[in-house]
Amino acid sequence: MPRYVLRRLGFLLLTLLLTSSIIFAITQVLPGDVARVILGREAGEAALNSLREELGLNDPLPVQYLRWLGNFVQGDWGESFSTRTEVRPLVQQRLGNSLMLAAVTLGIAVPVGIALGVIAGLNENTWVDSVVNVSALSVVGLPEFVTGILLIEIFAFRLGFFPANSSIRPGTNFVEALPMLILPALTASLVLLGYISRMTRVGVIGEISKPYVRTARLKGLSRWSVTYRHVLRNALMPTITVIAISFGWLISGLIVVENVYNYPGLGRLMLFAIDRRDLPLLQAVAMLAVLAFAFANLAADLFYAYLNPKIRLQ
Amino acid sequence: MIPALSVEDLTVKYRNGPGPVTAVREVSLEIQPGEVHGLVGESGSGKTTLALAVMRHLPEQAVITSGSIRVDGQELIGLSPERLRPIWGSQIAMVPQDPLSALNPTLRIGKQLSERFEALSRSDARDKAIELLEMVQIADPARVARSYPHQISGGMQQRVMIAMALSAEPKLLILDEPTTGLDSTTEAVVLDLIRELMRARQTATLYVSHSLGVIAQFADRLTVLYASELVEHGSKMDLFENPLHPYTCGLLDSVPRLGENKREIQLRSIEGRIPSLEDLPSACVFAPRCPVVIDICQETRPALEGAGATRQVRCYRWEETRAGEIDPRQPPAPPPLERPTIAETALQIENLEVRYDQPRSLAEWLRRSPRQSVRAVDNVRLTIRKGETLGLVGESGSGKTSLAQAVVGLVDSAEGRVELFGAELPTQIKHRDRETLSRLQMVMQNPDEALNPYLTVGQSLSRPLALLRGIHSEEEVRRLLEGVRLPPEYADRYPAQLSAGEKQRVAIARAFAAMPGLVLLDEPVSSLDVSVQASILNLLNRLQTEHGTSLLLISHDISVVGYMSETVGVLYLGQLMELAPSENLFDPPYHPYTEALLSAIPLLDPKATQERVRLRGGIPSSLEPPSGCPFHTRCPRFIGDICIEQTPPWQEDKTGKRIFCHIPVSDLRREQGQVFAMRKRE
Repeated sequence: MPRYVLRRLGFLLLTLLLTSSIIFAITQVLPGDVARVILGREAGEAALNSLREELGLNDPLPVQYLRWLGNFVQGDWGESFSTRTEVRPLVQQRLGNSLMLAAVTLGIAVPVGIALGVIAGLNENTWVDSVVNVSALSVVGLPEFVTGILLIEIFAFRLGFFPANSSIRPGTNFVEALPMLILPALTASLVLLGYISRMTRVGVIGEISKPYVRTARLKGLSRWSVTYRHVLRNALMPTITVIAISFGWLISGLIVVENVYNYPGLGRLMLFAIDRRDLPLLQAVAMLAVLAFAFANLAADLFYAYLNPKIRLQ
Repeated sequence: MIPALSVEDLTVKYRNGPGPVTAVREVSLEIQPGEVHGLVGESGSGKTTLALAVMRHLPEQAVITSGSIRVDGQELIGLSPERLRPIWGSQIAMVPQDPLSALNPTLRIGKQLSERFEALSRSDARDKAIELLEMVQIADPARVARSYPHQISGGMQQRVMIAMALSAEPKLLILDEPTTGLDSTTEAVVLDLIRELMRARQTATLYVSHSLGVIAQFADRLTVLYASELVEHGSKMDLFENPLHPYTCGLLDSVPRLGENKREIQLRSIEGRIPSLEDLPSACVFAPRCPVVIDICQETRPALEGAGATRQVRCYRWEETRAGEIDPRQPPAPPPLERPTIAETALQIENLEVRYDQPRSLAEWLRRSPRQSVRAVDNVRLTIRKGETLGLVGESGSGKTSLAQAVVGLVDSAEGRVELFGAELPTQIKHRDRETLSRLQMVMQNPDEALNPYLTVGQSLSRPLALLRGIHSEEEVRRLLEGVRLPPEYADRYPAQLSAGEKQRVAIARAFAAMPGLVLLDEPVSSLDVSVQASILNLLNRLQTEHGTSLLLISHDISVVGYMSETVGVLYLGQLMELAPSENLFDPPYHPYTEALLSAIPLLDPKATQERVRLRGGIPSSLEPPSGCPFHTRCPRFIGDICIEQTPPWQEDKTGKRIFCHIPVSDLRREQGQVFAMRKRE
């Protein structure tokens, strides 16, 4: 097991190195001159040049990359071009918001999705299975802004349970924020439910026909014991990977949902950074997105190993 | 006495496909307490369906349409799953064929053994698991209880399954091919254990098997199924001594017995193919393959008639058979084959060594530590003469497949020298020219995977013709098909339309298309049904005689190897232990490993006698092969430090048998008796 963890960590490090160089490279090939973006259209050539010199934009690319990476690792993420403030506090605060939203979303989507998947899988090809499948699929098919608007209409305007606007202030703690998190989390979970339940269903169906399940049943164990103790543990392996990928998406890809609810998460920040050609901000957000994906996958791998003795004991 | 199991007129149908398909048709059988009942049949006979029906655990598409199943007097048909649950837990238990897949890969063995006893505390449950493991004679029960299934050997896994089944103290135990996936020496040990436990507990047992040998040694009574139908039923002695149904006769005739050789006797094979369940003959299911078929057999289904107090047979002509008026055996095979007299060498292998390098981790690579390697084949020396067959027998891990791959050029590196008709063979197949390729062909174990499913038979056969002989003619394809006794219209069929036996014929035709001098056969019949095996073996022998081809036959089945070969090599951990002319293979002196192998084979004759030589433990890892003699860790005739420290010498006895052992041949001969004695058949 320690060997396995070390190997996974090694792979994680390599992935991060590779993606960081890609992130750096992409910002280099984006059209537009950084110095001009900062100084504006009327700036003279001399001013532009001295700013380029100051920002190190005239150095060879590998030098720029290493400098950028070194600073990033040490916590110096640069100054935003557009707000003229430090990038780090801004990004960190948004990351916190995104993590809160992700936690609530997964808190809804994972148990419900797995439960639906297990129910569908155990009743393969019956009406129960069809109902679960059709509803999961139709919800996945709807774009988030449609489900979002619907939920707002019902739960915010008609019933008044939750606010329609989720623009939480900086420094709001989780308990205070919770009412405002419910609707965006619900919207995002509707997207995830379909994936998680279908993955679980396939896993359950795949396992349930295996001989060891027959062994368990012929031992005279109850249906619950067979499902819970024998089937589930093996059936959930593929679902874990889906959940890990979803986590990455929730952290940085939730642009539509965040926009519908005015939620200040990382996704909207990234959109903002792209809009303003704000390179340091964009790089920081992109790096965080990659980190979120990478660590979620590491967590999935470790959990996988925990469930699967063949990996754990190698 | 209430029978432990009583099945009456059971019919099971499958609903998949266009219409319902009958898998078990009106079958009845009864097992008394303490009795072992053998259920014999080939694929599609319905034996597995019957066993699952008795457990009331059929797949969803299968329905029991009529009949009754009573276990210890209680009717199972009509019971809800909730009512069945306590019966599964206590009345019936099953040991399946593949123990690894029957165990949950993510739970510890101990937990899986004890979870049935839900009331036990944690420490009591652990004690219970250990007690159960001790019952099945596992040496280190505490360690095994803590292990996961993949950490223990196949033989151990099957012991665990046996312990699990018996832990319920069932009235009826169903053994579904419990040793089919095991190596023969392990199989023998597990069979001994089952026999001992059965005897002590007097549990009624339904033993499902395709292997007549296992049934001959194990069962008291037996039932023969063929294509969903019970064709014959009776005591073991009756059925083995005087079979009344032509199918039973054919089945017994079509298996080579231990000690037989093609130069003395040719097998009588059952012609034709096993009918598919969708397309069963309406009257007698065996009529299309029956040598004594008469008109009525094709018109009306024969009834199951009593042929004595405890014997039944479903045949119109059983009385004539019993009276000796007709011969229900398959047509006599052609006379035994002449031994070729040419002494040209076809294949010569000198000091062959095959290693597989283990992958290095990043750390090992950085430290530049040397690669670890597994020696799969070590110091093997063989000669095959033109027109002769050399058989290699060995268990899993013996290196037999690696040896074959080295000869056909599918390993990256091999040391030593391999010569084909006097010319040295380049190690890798990509360095061999067309002529060499055409001289050396191969037939694989599994015909389903060996043929391209998207090519017709004709296309598959014309490829080697065009590529290796430059022939583009449909005439030649037809000739090839005729050579393997397949009708010419098969050229347009796809593999999916053929039976397994027919596919293997196509694979053989493809191998012989290039007019090879040597054909490698890797377990050519082990995936085929018993009634089809004989015809494939006969076909190979006929083609060999016609073309003067040499064969290198690899198999785990020493009866088949002994039957087919002139010379037999016994492999263990990549090294040859013995190289014997097949006529002397079965007589002492034996290499101690050969002795154990011969002792492990379940003999086809219920009256046969057999020494009991059993091996301890499993085959050691080839990563760390034992020093000295590779067999010393398990050798029942181990004589001391010399076996651990020194490589044994090759000794030759008067008959030309060569034995790789420290014990002098004369001592072996003095100490060893004939391992088995079996009556010869005419």
